[in-house]
Parts: sequence; structure tokens; C-alpha cells
Amino acid sequence: MSTNEEEFVVGADGLDTDREQMIGQHIGYRYDVNLVPDLKFITPFLQKYIDKMGWKDLNWLEDIHMGYEGDQAAVFDRNINGWVTIPDNIKLPDNQQERDMIARELLVKFQMSENHPMVDLNNAYRKF
Amino acid sequence: MAELKKEKAQEMGLHDEQLKGRTQQRFFSIDESENLTYFHSHEVDTSKSAKIDAQDMTPREINREIRALMEKGIGDITVDNPMSRHGVGVGILNRLNLKFTDSLGYFGCGLIDGPNVHIEGRVGWSCAENMMAGTVVIEGNAGSTFGAAIRGGDLVCKGDVGARTGIDQKGGTIIVGGRTGAFSGFMMQRGRMIICGDAGMNLGDSMYDGTIYVGGEVEELGVDCVPGEMTELDIRYLSEKLAIYGIKTPKGVEKMQKYVSGKMLWNYASLEPNEKKLIL
Repeated sequence: MSTNEEEFVVGADGLDTDREQMIGQHIGYRYDVNLVPDLKFITPFLQKYIDKMGWKDLNWLEDIHMGYEGDQAAVFDRNINGWVTIPDNIKLPDNQQERDMIARELLVKFQMSENHPMVDLNNAYRKF
Repeated sequence: MAELKKEKAQEMGLHDEQLKGRTQQRFFSIDESENLTYFHSHEVDTSKSAKIDAQDMTPREINREIRALMEKGIGDITVDNPMSRHGVGVGILNRLNLKFTDSLGYFGCGLIDGPNVHIEGRVGWSCAENMMAGTVVIEGNAGSTFGAAIRGGDLVCKGDVGARTGIDQKGGTIIVGGRTGAFSGFMMQRGRMIICGDAGMNLGDSMYDGTIYVGGEVEELGVDCVPGEMTELDIRYLSEKLAIYGIKTPKGVEKMQKYVSGKMLWNYASLEPNEKKLIL
């Protein structure tokens, strides 16, 4: 976790600018959502996934970043419209690029799992 | 997660879901299986090919035939004579190589999650709207609202596109090899847009977040769209991304301009009236 992120999560409620202090809420995300991925940090699992899908890069995973739910590291799953919390026993690196790759790998594993909520939703609602 | 009582809920037309706040308190399990596709998707083999002659078929028949072939495990489908029909190639939530040998009409390839689509002709309005993942490559030109509300994946048009490209974009990458019309990136919230040629008036109007790269001239920037600083990582990313689709910018990637949100519209509802006037 970088110094800026630590300040955001731990101290001063993350309210930095005058504008944020005036309105009493943070403007923006706690991490850089526009950070383009650096493929040199790709994990073997992600490489296997994109090869299987026939893509040459991360495709939709470019928009996946490691974020926070409260003060817990978490990744947002658009298929359930909610944050999925990272277990405490996973040690996260300081570099956002590496953290994002871990978030992507965990999210793919979660979404493709038979435990994913979309499996229930699919059984209940799918029309064809 | 909700405990869905499927049979009872369907009988009553109701569903009982327990959603608490913003999070559903889901935790990753380290023991998750290493499955690489959705559980509900069909296992297809991309070395198995099939052709559909769509000359006398309705859009619904074409879409049903694509689905039937996927159910048989065919992973490489070519559709001949699509005759610019509307709403073709939609709702594919599967790994698949799909090729159209001619042009499509409105709303082609919308709501897709995973397939790699190649269109050898042109496309009408709202191609690949609400796309979630995969790639869509168009060899010709595209109509307005190209990639409307796209959430993920790569949407590529090698020619020119109409107005309001990527309106309400929430993720993914839109690549335009030529020019784009007015109000491109309108209400953009996230993702990347790469315009190799010129951009029309009000580029990135009311954008909340995301990044727009332009290789040509911009007629006029919209409200709250401001120039950003190109980094080494941006240049590397653009070079790699454009090389995948064989697209080149007229002046080279290094000379592209980057545009981002000024973020003056964030928390707009909580601004005072005089502050709102200052922004607009």
C-alpha cells in the first residue's frame, strides 16, 4: 500500500482537498481507475485464460483494479454488482500493477466458479 | 447471496433476494476451481467450423441458428449474406469466433460477453452496445452511438464512425481507425477511447472519468473534458493495442493527445447554484 493509499484508508477520512472537506466526502476513487495495465506483470493463470478466450491482451480485465470495501482490499464484480473481499491471508504487493493482476486473477476464478451467485441467477431467470 | 426458491418464486412470479447495502459480503475462496469459462456457457471447439447462409433468414432465425451451433460445440461460425439486418449476433455469452462476410444493420452484436466477432462490411447505429467482453472488429465504417454503454472488451472500427461514439461508456476500449463525429465520449464514466483521426465538436462532453486519446485534430472539447499528460505507459499501451488490430495513427502514437475528465462535475448535485454556473 502506498503512502497516499494509507492516508486515504487510515487517516483523515481520505478528505484531502478543500472541496472534499467542504462537502464532507471524497471525490474520486481510492486508486487509479485509469491506470493502463502493464502486461509484464501478467500471471500464468491470466495468460492461460486469455489464450483460451483467443485474446491478445487482458480485454475486459483492463478495467479491473484492486479496490477497497471499507478498509479491506476487495475487487468489484460487475456480475453481482458488489465488492468481493480479498481474504486476509493473501499478502498484497506494494505495486498497484501487481495488485491489479492479483485482483483480475481472483475475479476470474470467482466468476467461473460454480459457487458464483450468477449460477443461481442463471438457473432461476435465464430465458434461453 | 440470495436464497432463490426457484419453483415457488416462479409459480408466484416473485423472487426472494436478500441484498444488504452495497456489498453482498462475498469472500474469495482460495480453493476456487480453475475453470476458464462461465458455468452456464457451452464448451465449444474453435477448430470446428460451420457456415450460415442468412439470405432468406430473419434476424431471430439467424441468432437461433448461431446458438444451436454453439450448443453442438462449434466454435467458429461464418454468416454469409447478413443483408444489413438489424439486431444480429446479439446476446452471445460464450467463447466463439464469429464472422459476418458483409454489413450489419442497427444494434449488431449487442449485449455480448466473450466472443471474437469480425465484420467484413459496415455497421449501423449502436453496434456492440452494452458489450461486456470479447472483441468486435469492423473493417468498414460505423454509424452513430458506436459502442453505446460498453462495459468491457475491445470494439474496433477501422473506418470512420458517426456521432456520440461510446456514449455512456463504462469500461472497455473503443478504437476508431478514422474520424469520429460530434459528442464522442459523451457522459463517459470509465474505459479508454482511441481515435486515430479527427474528432468532432464537444469531445468528451460531461465525462466523469476515463481516457480519450486522439491522433488527429479535435474540433472542440466538451464541458469538463481537459487535456491530460501522456506517460511512457500510455505510449506502450497504445502501441501494443493498435498493433493487435493492425492500425496506425497518422503522426505516430507518441504524438497522440490525451484527454481526461476535469472532475468539476463530480458531486454536481451537492454544488451551490453559482458553482454549477461556473462549470457549465
